[in-house]
Amino acid sequence: MDIYSILFWFLSAMAVGSALGVILSRNPVNSVMFLILTFFAISGHYIIMNAQFLAVVNIIVYAGAIMVLFLFVIMLMNLNADVEPQKGMMIQLAGVISGGTLFLVILMGLTTAKSELIDTKSSDIGLISNLGKVLFTKFALPFEISSVLFLSAMIGAVVIGKKEHIPASEKAEIV
Amino acid sequence: MLLLNIDAAFVIEKVILISVILMGSLGVAMYATWAERKVSAVMQDRIGPNRAGPFGLLQPLADGLKLFFKEEIIPDRSTQFIFILGPCLAMLTATMTSAVMPWGPDFTLGGRTVSLQVADINIGILFVFGVVSLGVYGVMLGGWASNNKFSLLSSIRAASQCISYELAMGISLIALLMMTGSLSMKDIVTQQHGFWNDGYFTWNFFKQPVGFIIFLTCSFAELSRAPFDLPECDSELNMGYHQEYSSMKLGFYLFAEYINMFISSAVISTLFFGGYNFPFMDQVQAAVPSGIFSLICVGALMAKIVGMILFFMFVRWTLPRFRYDQLMKLGWRSLIPLALINMLVTGGVILMTMKK
Repeated sequence: MDIYSILFWFLSAMAVGSALGVILSRNPVNSVMFLILTFFAISGHYIIMNAQFLAVVNIIVYAGAIMVLFLFVIMLMNLNADVEPQKGMMIQLAGVISGGTLFLVILMGLTTAKSELIDTKSSDIGLISNLGKVLFTKFALPFEISSVLFLSAMIGAVVIGKKEHIPASEKAEIV
Repeated sequence: MLLLNIDAAFVIEKVILISVILMGSLGVAMYATWAERKVSAVMQDRIGPNRAGPFGLLQPLADGLKLFFKEEIIPDRSTQFIFILGPCLAMLTATMTSAVMPWGPDFTLGGRTVSLQVADINIGILFVFGVVSLGVYGVMLGGWASNNKFSLLSSIRAASQCISYELAMGISLIALLMMTGSLSMKDIVTQQHGFWNDGYFTWNFFKQPVGFIIFLTCSFAELSRAPFDLPECDSELNMGYHQEYSSMKLGFYLFAEYINMFISSAVISTLFFGGYNFPFMDQVQAAVPSGIFSLICVGALMAKIVGMILFFMFVRWTLPRFRYDQLMKLGWRSLIPLALINMLVTGGVILMTMKK
């Protein structure tokens, strides 16, 4: 057992364990912290595969920005274990069915996929220069389309978040 | 060890380097608290600390001792584990960034090349960014776990301020990175070798002045120092996110802020002011042995860092605090568009010079 496999098993146990912690802990703040831990474990896996860029971007975007917003919402709404809403039977059933379907799809996708082994020690496939070249040549179209998707989501958020126009006469009354 | 086939000398070298850097940043942060008081005293025509030791130089030690011996209070209704985790995270993220900083050029000692950088990873600047974006957790979790409305408000302010200014900071850096073409801190420093080359300055400050101003403003906001110290706005929030903290836990929060100031001064010096490079360094390198040359370079970097720290202090004691809506307006409506324009102009200039 060399250092790579030790790290791999450690990170895998950490990822699975903290992912279980996300869904099993009663307190939403604990769930968020377990989720952050999961992201760190996944970033560790990226580093083992020598994909440093993906690892650090995973940390910056998910752990550093999105989870902060999650915490924000949870703190402002003051969600606790005592006020957790109890779900009805139908909703639980729907959750089980949709989750199981997703699991099946992923399982099918993984069993039919051809897996290529990566030489973890010498491969520089995940380094930033290679990633940039691939992203702007081979995958240029999907990359641009996904950026348009982000742009439309951003504009949508601005439109929803915009204050409704109030005439000046009514404004004075509100103030 | 058979299991982990690692060079023992390499491990010892790195352990020594990490200890020196850690102790150095703690020491600088310690004396930054003293310097802050002295600077504020000079600017307000007072004397400042002068009781403990000559010029009050032992004041930081006395403060630390006082904090350690104070009674430790953990509020009854707080979330205990997260309450303790808060200051730990603040300290951890404050000290982590120093790992990718190149503190000086390599030198040879007894036949082996010793690098004055803990880890030369090829995404160094992104690592700094990742750690900065994690830095907000210490404040946020601490403020929430205190179970105090003022602390919660303050931590939410801190988090939204950090997220808003991170964007402008990132975009201003993109312009810089387009010019350097590398994310490694070591490469960025080597490109700024010396001071003058090919009829222009080598330091990035002269190539990216707008980017520098945006980056500097954003680092004031990220450090939550005046004029952006809204999370600690005492006239509105009593004390801020560390209101319920006492003893050394409070000390950790305050201390982490000074370590952050030291590290961000180091990052600014490295990115924009040539890091450990200084004018006429080639002549100096020819004249002295490599070990001493490395020491001189480290000295040059430290001088730049001290200059930056003093600048941070002058600004704090000169400018009044922003209002919260002004802060958000500056971040979203001025700095981000400015950074975007800067990025576009830089890209255009690079494209034009490439064609020739």
